[in-house]
Amino acid sequence: MTAVDVVSLLGGRFPRVSPRASADFPAINVSAEDLPAVMRVLRDECGYDLLTDVSGVDWGMDAEPRFGVIYHLHSIAGNAYLRVATLCSVGEPPSVPSMVSLWPSADWHERETYDFFGIRFEGHPDLRRILMWDGYPHFPLRKEFPLAGVETVLPDEEVAAETGVKVQPAPMAGGPFVAPQEDTVREREPRAKDESWNERRPKPEN
Amino acid sequence: MVSANNDFTYNSKIEGDVIVTKADAVVNWIRSHSMWPMPMGLACCAIELMASGAARHDISRFGAEVMRFSPRQSDVMIVSGTVTYKMATAVRRIYDQMAAPKWVIAMGACASSGGMYRSYSVLQGVDRIVPVDVYVSGCPPRPEALLDAIIKLQGKVAKEPALGKLFKA
Ligand code: SF4
Repeated sequence: MTAVDVVSLLGGRFPRVSPRASADFPAINVSAEDLPAVMRVLRDECGYDLLTDVSGVDWGMDAEPRFGVIYHLHSIAGNAYLRVATLCSVGEPPSVPSMVSLWPSADWHERETYDFFGIRFEGHPDLRRILMWDGYPHFPLRKEFPLAGVETVLPDEEVAAETGVKVQPAPMAGGPFVAPQEDTVREREPRAKDESWNERRPKPEN
Repeated sequence: MVSANNDFTYNSKIEGDVIVTKADAVVNWIRSHSMWPMPMGLACCAIELMASGAARHDISRFGAEVMRFSPRQSDVMIVSGTVTYKMATAVRRIYDQMAAPKWVIAMGACASSGGMYRSYSVLQGVDRIVPVDVYVSGCPPRPEALLDAIIKLQGKVAKEPALGKLFKA
């Protein structure tokens, strides 16, 4: 089923579904309330049987709603991709319905998105952190989180008592290694893009 | 006829020459030539660690081929790979469980200094949580570099005051 068909099929039944500008695959915008029903139609009637990716987006501190979730679907038989974008409900934590009941592969993807953006997936069977440690108080891919990290306490009290070490922010001078893709190769040396604060210029109190 | 040997002292006719040495030298010789590594393989560097155990590089030439996956049976921890904060506590715990005397080799840029990962999740050098004896540079270091580190560590162990430390702790 081609992209136009998907949009016309869904558009007839879900008036809030709209096509989304995209450089590669067909993409649609879906509102969070319609999401479970739309996804079920996509899986059962349009043949998108594989959920390949779930990722979060932080649209910026001033955006309202601020967070979104992007799903990448693949149809194995039709060899076609589809991108589904939705915006989270406003509030803290922002939330969207979980897709685990439709695609079991959503389980770890959603945990990872929760881990990094703090987006709650309503109905997820086991929403725990997956890469950062349990009890870590921040969400590292939110826009206000500094690239070098923030000072925290080491997760294990026993080890912290033994070593006397805290989780210190990574040094920033000369890093992180983000190479801007303009200019010549010589100009593209690894350099600090985010030098808003580093070990020489401490983080300003605000 | 077999006669009972009634000599309770040293009999030079039977037992031959005697070598006199210092207890430290003997203990250190044994220790340095039977290093049993704890392979703390956390990322890509661990592949090089495996390669150094394979036939081409053959870590057993240095008596260090007995990779123990139990901390109680190993005495040198080879931290090979990126130490994240989530993993750091496990690394420290395994180090604590190893029987003394114990040594640590930080293999590769990540284990030594955080490497290229200037980020919120990576411990900037495993020496923040365990005492490191030898740092190996490189990303990843070649197996020869790890073998060099083991030889360096053997040299360091050979100079340690073994017995004095044994009865102090
Ligand atoms: S030093 Fe390089 S090869 Fe080794 S773990 Fe780090 S990134 Fe991987």
